[in-house]
Amino acid sequence: MSASDRLHASKIAATLLVLAMAVVAPGCKKKVPPPPPPPPSTAPAPAPTVARATINSFTAEPSTIEKGQSSTLSWSISNATDMSIDQGIGAVQSRGQRQVFPTSSTTYTLTANGPGGSDSRTVTVSVTTPPPPPPPANTGPRLSSAEMLQQQSQDAFFDYDKSDIRADARDALTRDAGLLKQIFAQDPNFTVVVEGHCDERGSAEYNLALGDKRASAAKDFLVQLGVAGDRIKTISYGKERPQCTEANEECWQKNRRAHLSAGQ
Amino acid sequence: MKRSIIFLGSILSMCAFALAQTDFKIQLGKHGEKPNIAVPDFRGAGDAQNFMNTFNGTLWSDLQGSGQLKMIPKTTYPLTVPQQPSDFKPPLNGKSQGPWLSDWSGPPVNGNYLAFGYTAAQNGQLALYGWLYDVKQTNPSSAQLLAKVYVGSPDEAGAKKIAQEFAADILKLFGGSSLMGSRIYFMSDRTGHKEIWSMNYDGSDQKQFTSYKTITNFPVVSQDGTKIAFTVYPMRPASPGHPATEGQPRIYMHSLETGRKLVYLNQDASMNAASDFMPDSRHLLIYSTASTGISQIFMTDIDGGGFHRITNTRALEVEAKANPKTGADIVFTSGRGGTPQIYRMNIDGTDVARLTTGEGDAVNPSWNPDGQHIAFAWTRGFEPGNFNIFIMDIASQELIQLTHGAGRNENPNWAPDGVHLVFSSKRGRTSQIFTMLADGTGLQQLTTQGNNEKPVWTKGTQ
Repeated sequence: MSASDRLHASKIAATLLVLAMAVVAPGCKKKVPPPPPPPPSTAPAPAPTVARATINSFTAEPSTIEKGQSSTLSWSISNATDMSIDQGIGAVQSRGQRQVFPTSSTTYTLTANGPGGSDSRTVTVSVTTPPPPPPPANTGPRLSSAEMLQQQSQDAFFDYDKSDIRADARDALTRDAGLLKQIFAQDPNFTVVVEGHCDERGSAEYNLALGDKRASAAKDFLVQLGVAGDRIKTISYGKERPQCTEANEECWQKNRRAHLSAGQ
Repeated sequence: MKRSIIFLGSILSMCAFALAQTDFKIQLGKHGEKPNIAVPDFRGAGDAQNFMNTFNGTLWSDLQGSGQLKMIPKTTYPLTVPQQPSDFKPPLNGKSQGPWLSDWSGPPVNGNYLAFGYTAAQNGQLALYGWLYDVKQTNPSSAQLLAKVYVGSPDEAGAKKIAQEFAADILKLFGGSSLMGSRIYFMSDRTGHKEIWSMNYDGSDQKQFTSYKTITNFPVVSQDGTKIAFTVYPMRPASPGHPATEGQPRIYMHSLETGRKLVYLNQDASMNAASDFMPDSRHLLIYSTASTGISQIFMTDIDGGGFHRITNTRALEVEAKANPKTGADIVFTSGRGGTPQIYRMNIDGTDVARLTTGEGDAVNPSWNPDGQHIAFAWTRGFEPGNFNIFIMDIASQELIQLTHGAGRNENPNWAPDGVHLVFSSKRGRTSQIFTMLADGTGLQQLTTQGNNEKPVWTKGTQ
């Protein structure tokens, strides 16, 4: 690219930028909220013969409350003869406060009328629903997390003498990872144990080591999916705790598994 | 089968050779041929006769059970049985004058050896006067191999004791050792929990050793007989909202002298399992996931200190057993080649060699006290899980299969005599402990209640 080309290019770029600003600017204006009312002190309008009713301020403090709490409306009005707030409050004085107990988000409109003209202003009190009460301090949260784990977690199954995570185990552990994240978020003290189990055919010693490897393979997979590794322990039961005791492949497959249980 | 017999014979003759430096030299006959022995019923003088059923039964079964002698059936014995050396009378001019050596060496007895004697009540004790003769000799004085007095309490227990001691002395002459006083430690779940138990070599006197009420398994005993180590899932007590649960497997060490738990520092790992004592009884082989995340073999001091690694693979390494003779090498089970197989290597991790062919699962290695043979369980030729007991001469890798599909046979462990094996077998709904000779004969069931596994045969406190 030559020097003149470069100059030409930068001219085009500058032109485009100006155009872009011209296009964007009105768009920006539209999105800007209505300007705040001028502060009372800066409105020394030349005194007309008949002054226009003016609302100097109208606020709700706090503007966001929880259901059952109150907010205080405050206002200040000049040159009005007739002043009222809607939402059942009715006529008010030119300067005052009023405690309100809205049960849902409510917009209050203050209207001021005077001989020289009228003014109105709104204020909104947002009402949030408070969180449910915390469960009883002791056993509540853990028990429910443990129950959740017991009812919703899925075992990951393995091939004979293997600790590789199969496709079906991948699906089960992916669902388990979601469940664990949810439980860990709601119950900061909860920990989980990944148990590794084997079928009865290998030796007890070899199965102890194999069960350990299955448990740690399942844990590694969960950690890869973002579950907090420091809240997962592993334990190998080898073939000590079969969930099925018949001597056939269907039963053996049920026993070659990683299983989640609540930690302590 | 012929090959097996010859091989067993070579074990026996090796033992005989090793221990033949005792008072007498008795050579085995041809390779694999057991010497035969006549053991007529002994009689007791006076009240001693009351205990002679026990005495004769014990003497016969200890000698027969040793596997080192062939017992000549009593039906072939001469009518007149000698009770002391002075009963022997040489024949005169071809006519019998009384009991003589040739009565026992010739037909129909065709014996090599004769045990005889009598018991009597003496000074409030039961005394046995026992002799062993080599009946192929030409006169009683050259025939005499053993002449000894044994003393026991004047009751059944005393009769059993003197019979066992006499049998032990006879067996020593043949280069074997008696199993008397030896004790088998094992795991039993008969209480509803897996606990460590012990019993005599014949299954008598079964006693519970641990009471951890969780999973307690894999006992190993030091050669000096002072310590036992095993693997426990320590029970963690219940807490609010949580039932009691088992913790990760840990090694526990107990004194066999006091029964008390000793200090053993476990590694911070998901798994620590007791594997074997070193022959010095001061070091322990373990398999653990410490620092590796996968089961590997380590050695530690007797208190868990001095932890250092022996295997270095990404495969499962378990069940290391130290050569009881030298401590210089180990056999172990490894998955490094695929399915679990038996390997041997030096204690420093060098010279690794696979001993089994790679077929099936080969597990549970156990050294013969000679440091040259092992027993193990193998599924070769059978479906996964259907283990049989094999023995192997490590130098030649020659094999003998001792069980042949009668149930699932595992956990072989050699007796201190190097001729017997104890193992567990599941032949019905439960696993039970059996003993047999190293040629697969002489099967005896020692347990019946619950499941009983992982037997370890120790010298006991003699």
